[in-house]
Amino acid sequence: MDISITVIDKNEESVVMELPTDMSLKLMEVLKGEGYPILATCGGMALCATCHVQVLAGYENLAEAQDQELDMLDTIPNLTDTSRLACQIPVNENLNGAVIKVLAEDNI
Amino acid sequence: MKNIQTDICIIGAGPVGLFAVFEAGLLKMRCHLVDALPQVGGQLSEVYPHKPIYDIPGYPEILAGDLVKNLMKQIEPFNPSFTLGERVDSLEKLPEGGFQLRTSDGTDISAKVVVIAGGLGCFEPRKPELENLTQFEGKGVAYMVKNPENFRNKKVVIAGGGDSALDWTIYLAEIAEKVSLIHRNETFRGAPDSAEKVFELAQKGKINLILSSNISKLNGNGKLNEVVVLDKSKAETAIPADFFIPLFGLTPKLGPIADWGLQIDKNAIEVNTEDYSTNVEGIFAIGDINTYPGKLKLILSGFHEAALMAQSAFKYVYPNQKLSFKYTTVNGVNAF
Repeated sequence: MDISITVIDKNEESVVMELPTDMSLKLMEVLKGEGYPILATCGGMALCATCHVQVLAGYENLAEAQDQELDMLDTIPNLTDTSRLACQIPVNENLNGAVIKVLAEDNI
Repeated sequence: MKNIQTDICIIGAGPVGLFAVFEAGLLKMRCHLVDALPQVGGQLSEVYPHKPIYDIPGYPEILAGDLVKNLMKQIEPFNPSFTLGERVDSLEKLPEGGFQLRTSDGTDISAKVVVIAGGLGCFEPRKPELENLTQFEGKGVAYMVKNPENFRNKKVVIAGGGDSALDWTIYLAEIAEKVSLIHRNETFRGAPDSAEKVFELAQKGKINLILSSNISKLNGNGKLNEVVVLDKSKAETAIPADFFIPLFGLTPKLGPIADWGLQIDKNAIEVNTEDYSTNVEGIFAIGDINTYPGKLKLILSGFHEAALMAQSAFKYVYPNQKLSFKYTTVNGVNAF
């Protein structure tokens, strides 16, 4: 089944995306693939915090962050109450309807 | 001032930069490596030393840290030299051929060829988003503690909740006039011993511990004199400060590489896949820092790129010699 999410970039531009849930994707991979400024230095191991997102809606539906992710979140200066690392969010039905704001730093 | 002479200056001592020493060594070219991190291995050492890697040919599974150790052993016969903990800040192409490089600490390096194996760039301190932060850099804002004596009898505000924030709070508590530690949570995820010590120091009144708060503003006139802290109820408190040290870990930045006249696309250097040369003759780019159609950011791809680069770099190091390709199984590895 496909799910639908809304992604908002730093300039407040929002895009609705339909995503397949049967490809074992992580939200980080989707955002990176769509050209959002996400470095994903560590490749998805929750070790670099370069895929920081704020979950504006649907936060409570996501599986709780594990220790490694919490450790990394703790190093982010602009952390919010609903911050997550996109590499730890699987694209599955829990994400359906979520509104995601990309907060990862521009690394130029 | 040191001036290091070498055949090839490799910028970046990650796995691909290290393996480039081996490929260059087979062709009798000497290498000097420079890395902004204080240790070799790049991301493998800094980000995931204890993670297994499964796609290194010949190793069903190897820990990142062990791969770095093995690479160091593999290049030992070629006696590479290192400048670690320094970033290459400037690169100049010399009219007579070759390059002159200078690091952040003033080390000079002369090389016939430059190979950029810089991964995602230099690991630099992650900066909090504060309006006038850069304005106070060097005028009260510091991202690391290089010489603790600079903080003697000063008012210091540290922000962060990781190990380095805890460790420096404990250390500077003895030296500074006043240390304030600002952390956004109620608890610390750093080492429990350090966290306990910080709470103890706070209880004894030796430090000023401010939890569930963020830095909202920096004030000063030419020089920092106060840090404004915002708590969860949105109340602001100004804390007098000679220094503000935000400690939020490291993040990679492309840095000065962007200013060397190289063709860059989305933080990566465009290369010719024939030999991974850049648009500047004599400069090559290999590993995660380069880009070309079909690029895959894999260590094994970087190894391949290093081999082809070395064949082409040979003509700059030994312009009058003809290169004949030899297998290590036939020729062995001849140390120098």
